[in-house]
Amino acid sequence: MKEIKAFTIIVFLLLAFSLKSYSQQVKLINIDQLQERMKAGKDSTYVVNFWATWCAPCIKELPHFEKLGAEYKAEKLAVLLVSVDFKSKLTSAVVPFVKRKNLKNQVFLLNESNPQEYIDRIDPSWSGSIPATLFIKGDKRKFIESELTYEQLLTEYKKL
Amino acid sequence: MKKFITLALIFSAFLAQAQAPTLKAGQPAPDFKLKNVDNKEVSFASYPDAKGFIVVFTCNTCPYAKAYEQRIIDLDKKFKPQGYPVIAINPNDPEASKADTFDKMQDLAKEKKYAFPYLFDKGQIVTDQYGAKHTPHLFVVSKTAKGTVVEYTGAIDNDPEGTKDEKTKYVEDVIASLKNNQKPAITETKEIGCTVKRKAKA
Repeated sequence: MKEIKAFTIIVFLLLAFSLKSYSQQVKLINIDQLQERMKAGKDSTYVVNFWATWCAPCIKELPHFEKLGAEYKAEKLAVLLVSVDFKSKLTSAVVPFVKRKNLKNQVFLLNESNPQEYIDRIDPSWSGSIPATLFIKGDKRKFIESELTYEQLLTEYKKL
Repeated sequence: MKKFITLALIFSAFLAQAQAPTLKAGQPAPDFKLKNVDNKEVSFASYPDAKGFIVVFTCNTCPYAKAYEQRIIDLDKKFKPQGYPVIAINPNDPEASKADTFDKMQDLAKEKKYAFPYLFDKGQIVTDQYGAKHTPHLFVVSKTAKGTVVEYTGAIDNDPEGTKDEKTKYVEDVIASLKNNQKPAITETKEIGCTVKRKAKA
């Protein structure tokens, strides 16, 4: 009986531990899949932020995106965080970063190798510097190539 | 009066934020006179025999700039003897990016044995004249009868990570065309990079 009790406790502890250390998977995504994700998704508004673990201004603004995503979830908003880190950095940099920051928005790593092609496909006005953010709601879209404060982010979201 | 000053401040902050457009092929490439890591001033005029220049806005800190560093050194090694030397310019504000101070630039140039100038753009004036947006951001310039002209703007090649077997080497292709007195086939490319670091707006 004692043993069963001990076993149960261990199981509980293990469960609690695994729940606590749970963090999301970071999936690779290419532009086609990203477009598909936005077309087929259940949400009506998409805020797609392009960032990287090496980009200081991006890291600074990430909490704003987390806040927006959490506060407006009920309004069918999906915030997608698309990292442009090198693919070789997925497990060594991106996954640990997402875990450390405990990011709740869905995180992807961009699976494209030709910047000439994909930068224009995201937005022709994009010079390629990050952070950059794409706002999409139905037919409306807006692209901003600069760091945003929470107020700016909220204003752009509300304007859609 | 106070109100006026506030308005003027807001306006100038707005101006500072308004980004200068990036120069395109065919436009004049403005000359400059900037301080090199050896404390001497460098300009296009410092190279009377050059046919043109590879002007690259790059810095100490950006991982993309670091990934391209050896390729910038190699470009200079290959093309300086052919009349197209590299001139590197750091576009970052040293207050906004503490590892991009003049001292740190000197350290890097020494450590990596830069055989080309690495210039400090005080006030980010040349950066804005060229409309450099990120690091690395590269401009191929040729000397013509009408002065120095931009021939190409963008990336060094299409392989920032350096993992492809077959790269398209944009800059090498551009210079090959120029040497054959032809216009380059590709005059503008795009690349991910670190934004040019600016002082926080007032």
